[in-house]
Amino acid sequence: MDQITHAIPPHARTYRYDEVDRDFLAARIAEFRDQVARRLSGELTEDEFKPLRLMNGLYLQLHAYMLRVAIPYGVIDARQMRQLGVIARRWDRGFGHFTTRQNIQFNWTKLEDVIDMLQALADVDMHAIQTSGNCVRNVTTDEFAGAAKDEIVDPRVYAEILRQWSTLHPEFTYLPRKFKIAITGAPHDRAAIQVHDIGVTAKRNEAGTIGFEIWVGGGLGRTPIIGTKLFDFVPEADFLKTMEAVLRVYNALGQRDNIYKARIKILVRDLGDEFRRLVEEELAAMPAGRYRLEPGIVAAIRAHFAPPPFADLQDDPPRYRRALEADAAFAAWARNSTHPHSAPGYVSVVVSLKPIGGIPGDASADQMEAIAELAETFSFGEIRVSHVQNLVLPHVRQEDLHALWKGLRQHGLATPNVGLISDIIACPGMDYCALATARSIPVAQRISERFASLDRQLDIGTLHVNISGCINACGHHHVGHIGLLGVDKRGEEVYQITLGGSATNDATIGELIGPAFSYDSVVDAVETLVRTYVAHREPGELFKDTYRRIGPAPFKEALYAPA
Amino acid sequence: MPLLDGGALRPDPFATIGDDDALPEGAALVSLARLTRDGEALAGRNAPLGVALPPDAHPDTLRPWLPRLALVALSLPKHRDGRAFTQARALREYHGYTGEIRATGHVIPDQYAALLRCGVSSIEVPADTDARTWTRMRDIIPLAYQPSQSGDGPPDLLRRRVGLRG
Ligand code: HEM
Ligand code: SF4
Repeated sequence: MDQITHAIPPHARTYRYDEVDRDFLAARIAEFRDQVARRLSGELTEDEFKPLRLMNGLYLQLHAYMLRVAIPYGVIDARQMRQLGVIARRWDRGFGHFTTRQNIQFNWTKLEDVIDMLQALADVDMHAIQTSGNCVRNVTTDEFAGAAKDEIVDPRVYAEILRQWSTLHPEFTYLPRKFKIAITGAPHDRAAIQVHDIGVTAKRNEAGTIGFEIWVGGGLGRTPIIGTKLFDFVPEADFLKTMEAVLRVYNALGQRDNIYKARIKILVRDLGDEFRRLVEEELAAMPAGRYRLEPGIVAAIRAHFAPPPFADLQDDPPRYRRALEADAAFAAWARNSTHPHSAPGYVSVVVSLKPIGGIPGDASADQMEAIAELAETFSFGEIRVSHVQNLVLPHVRQEDLHALWKGLRQHGLATPNVGLISDIIACPGMDYCALATARSIPVAQRISERFASLDRQLDIGTLHVNISGCINACGHHHVGHIGLLGVDKRGEEVYQITLGGSATNDATIGELIGPAFSYDSVVDAVETLVRTYVAHREPGELFKDTYRRIGPAPFKEALYAPA
Repeated sequence: MPLLDGGALRPDPFATIGDDDALPEGAALVSLARLTRDGEALAGRNAPLGVALPPDAHPDTLRPWLPRLALVALSLPKHRDGRAFTQARALREYHGYTGEIRATGHVIPDQYAALLRCGVSSIEVPADTDARTWTRMRDIIPLAYQPSQSGDGPPDLLRRRVGLRG
């Protein structure tokens, strides 16, 4: 067996491929090329080809193919971001669309270009493997991983281990349905672990030993369910073994005759405690050692995620303070766009991809290149994709924030609305998606225009509006403080409103408030809800908390009482 | 139908026997129902015995018969139905079964490598099958990130990093 100890630079930025990883990717492309040729010759039927192309990220949408490229756990470096810009310009219409699953989609892909696009991705150690299909999908994590002040364990290490373990897993490639894993390493859950098929919190016990809390059977879609805690503290050595066990039970017993009941959440719900017993039975039956996650492997992977060479700095340096005082527009941006960092003198910066009236998550090729440039100048070349469709520069010096802001502003990337009402999650909806029953992007655009005033947004404060264009819930509407679901009612698009949802530690499925609103009236309805919240909230209280405290009655009254 | 075994086609020596058919002299493949009903009689014969394990059956149900079985035939009703992968792996890993495991039903060449890695040994294929397509797709990705049940599998990246063997 080849023991390649190839050199990993002290600050690798991403998991660094070696020759074997590259050979693997090249082989995977050769395989897909062969599959496309056999589809074209008729050797493969469309039914046979479909799961193969999906597992290479290729969807058929309303107007064209869409290529969904994996950004493993949302971690990408400047070089890779630049290449995404090249791909957007050369093979799409100059744009890419960042998604809630920390991926990027190219919505105008031509079938004949796909192999070239995959090759261009492979040139920078990227791929589209398992971004779709009934397999283990891109593992997602905290967008501030490796930087957040409250982080206990760096989840990227285990997310990369999961990526490798799940890549072309021989047993779990034809599951009953797709399978999504999210992992966080901080007490504040920024990865929505309770609404994933498997959710993981990496933590430490009193002795400082790393272990994993495992949740299972959460999910959104047409049957939203909050996950169940399966184990409280799985030792590191048993991490993969536990994943194997859960997937073995699911692959054997998950429903296959009804696509709407095929997710693991339905199995977990139906089996109750029996599910845990079955998992424990698998664990007991597994040969000792075979699936053990060796400390040597973890250490080898961890070396890829070594922190950058931080300078020895102090928080709140004078240069930063002076800029905040002198420039109100900068101060407003800085207040919303920064997140506390573990290294003194640094912050993580969220780059909003939600300009007022824009398409949530869209970035132009120019913007991708600009971000790459700014990341190199200000963030050690590191970039993250957040699960609310924004980007993150994880390690920025506070004293550089003003210069960074000016750079972002030149490219329309300094919208100061992170976490505010116009920082909307929206799925592609009727504009792109073949399954849509209503538009979602234009609704997001109209809401963001209605609340364009920054003062007003700041006064409203943190508020999550999530919009889906059909019951599949790609826009996470169930877990928005305000959720909008577009449905078709006798040929008319109408929007159902749910309130009080949350995707973090207090994960909650929002409640339907009443009859749906038309496309024309839904923005007014959101306005009414916001006014009601502002009138009733206590200082510092979030929308979802006000809703929980006062209940639906005042909101219903405001929405439906005759004027 | 012929079998694909070791990348080449060979005839199937097993006769598939209906639940009420008389038993032939030679190798016989029976249903799980028949095995459960006539197990003792079937096991007492002096010829190879095989059973067809339906996708929804737990491999544990074969436990009493495994030492006598020369063949377990699994089935993929559609190629998207991956239960056979888990059944094959369980037979090898949990039960230490070393006889033939056959994949039948709707199997495509793009699944060959993964089936082998889960412990399947032969595939039932249509008579006009071109074995070269199967071997080409089997060999096209000569690397893997997980251990294999077949033992002779490709190197395994996650473990290779510290020089462990799959
Ligand atoms: C445009 C083509 C798309 C199609 C055809 C599509 C299809 C689907 C379907 C059918 C489901 C329901 C699955 C189930 O519950 O079993 C789903 C869920 C989901 N999709 Fe999409 N989707 C698309 C785009 C997106 C985009 C752009 C995103 C991210 C912005 C996304 C993220 C999600 C998420 C997060 C869920 C719900 C979480 C869960 O399944 O529990 N999808 N999608
Ligand atoms: S929620 Fe529906 S409309 Fe929106 S992307 Fe998903 S499948 Fe398409």
